[in-house]
Amino acid sequence: MPIWLDDFLWTYQTLIHSLGINGLLALSMYVVLAVGQLSLGQAAFMGLGAYTGALLSLHTGLPFALVLAGSAVVPVLAAAAVGLPTLRLTGVYLAIATIGLGEVLRVIYVNAEITGGALGLGGIPGRSATWIILLLLAGALGGVWLVGRSRFGRAMEAMRGDQTAAAVIGVNVPAYHLGALLASAALAGVAGALSAHSSTFISPDDYAFEAAVTILSFAILGGIGSPLGPVVGALVLTLLPELLRPLHDFRGVFNGLIIVLVVLFLPRGILPWPMTRLRKPL
Amino acid sequence: MTALLEVSRASKQYRGLAAVDDVSFTVEAGRVHGLIGPNGAGKTTLFNLISGLVPLDEGNILFEGRDIAPLPIHARAGLGIARTFQNIRIFEDMTVLETVAAGAHARLSAPFWHCLLGLPRSRAEERRVAAEALEALEFVGLADRAQTRAGDLAYGEQRRLEIARGLASRPRLLLLDEPAAGMNPHETADLACLLRRVCERGVTLLLVEHDMGFIMTLCCRLTVLNFGRRIACGTPQEVRTNPAVIEAYLGTKAAARLAARAGREEGWQ
Repeated sequence: MPIWLDDFLWTYQTLIHSLGINGLLALSMYVVLAVGQLSLGQAAFMGLGAYTGALLSLHTGLPFALVLAGSAVVPVLAAAAVGLPTLRLTGVYLAIATIGLGEVLRVIYVNAEITGGALGLGGIPGRSATWIILLLLAGALGGVWLVGRSRFGRAMEAMRGDQTAAAVIGVNVPAYHLGALLASAALAGVAGALSAHSSTFISPDDYAFEAAVTILSFAILGGIGSPLGPVVGALVLTLLPELLRPLHDFRGVFNGLIIVLVVLFLPRGILPWPMTRLRKPL
Repeated sequence: MTALLEVSRASKQYRGLAAVDDVSFTVEAGRVHGLIGPNGAGKTTLFNLISGLVPLDEGNILFEGRDIAPLPIHARAGLGIARTFQNIRIFEDMTVLETVAAGAHARLSAPFWHCLLGLPRSRAEERRVAAEALEALEFVGLADRAQTRAGDLAYGEQRRLEIARGLASRPRLLLLDEPAAGMNPHETADLACLLRRVCERGVTLLLVEHDMGFIMTLCCRLTVLNFGRRIACGTPQEVRTNPAVIEAYLGTKAAARLAARAGREEGWQ
């Protein structure tokens, strides 16, 4: 590796890690929005993944791959527990149910001994190498892209357009809703574990309502035409505070202003273009 | 003639209002069957019962001899039932070609893992779907709009797109809810011609319509509903002269006047 690249990676390691982790979280949000649902449980699933991963690393000698797998499975189980009874909910009702999940989990983290209470967990080994994060982001983006381009993606787009008509052409709407929620939980869980092993310290407040809204804003800013949109949204919202550093105290103001301007003038996001699946055969 | 669809003693109540009340009728394979009646007679509710959008309270619905009442909506597409909607329901942001391909969803079989990994089988299936969707568009006369956004089509084109989407699933039975609504006489004539060609392809049609000229030329059997009940069933000729039907459409006074005039005419002869 050339020295300049090594220096660069060393200097910006934290930022690159956040870019990758936020990209995964944005994909997790996209998967739910793609079937026309609004879930605000992404931060909760991320927190479950983070705590699961941290506890596995601190108390067992499992290899990192298995730790990550465990961090995906636990949020998926939670998503199934929340998803099955709430499948009939749509729109803001599902959003409220998933906010509820986040609050319940936060209270558990604060009060349970094993999660370190309000102080959180420290001393988590820094096992998230840059290449692991970027590889997982690339893999997830590729997978979501390929599914989105297939008949499954077309069914999801149909559901987003008109749920009743989608059901009539044979789309099993409840199964897609549940499947999307489970996939989204797995992605958020992995992102959470990666972030815990990158920052080496986690606390209950990292996964509260504010985090959920931040993740949603990735998708709103980037647009949900294709999975690339939310990832670009995450990229922008992660880099922006760094780029605005020279503005010192006005940083937050400009950050907010840019988001407001995008929502006003690009209501479908920075990358609004839908995926093209079929071309007219000649 | 075999019965493709058999609705027997179907009932659906909304808070005590009997939207469909003990309705029975049979749709024979290969025919065009019309469902008519004044506004609020329960025609669309009956369509929603057959396609599964609302659950049946009582009775049963047999499709090819099999009771479909307990099946969820999406499973009925796989059996060969397709429908269009009174208030057009298309996927506005999709292209016309994609919309029709979406209609074929129930026939596609590429497993999820193949799609996730982008394996050749799923790609081959997509190519086949594109070709079939284009063929369906040619059939309804929309091939040149294949790459247009569905929401940008004109009203009559959107109606034809809905029919193409329904045909993409290769249905045995196509339910059409007021396909000629809002069309001018010229468009209505084109539509009748299209529907005849659909029928020639072996698709049985059940249609709800208010345009009586359209219904009378197209259908070989009619079922008439009023206030949720079946009041008549038969060929267009039989239904046209049925006193109960005239009363439902024109009211008791007019029916009596018509009956009296018919009586006088008979007296003169």
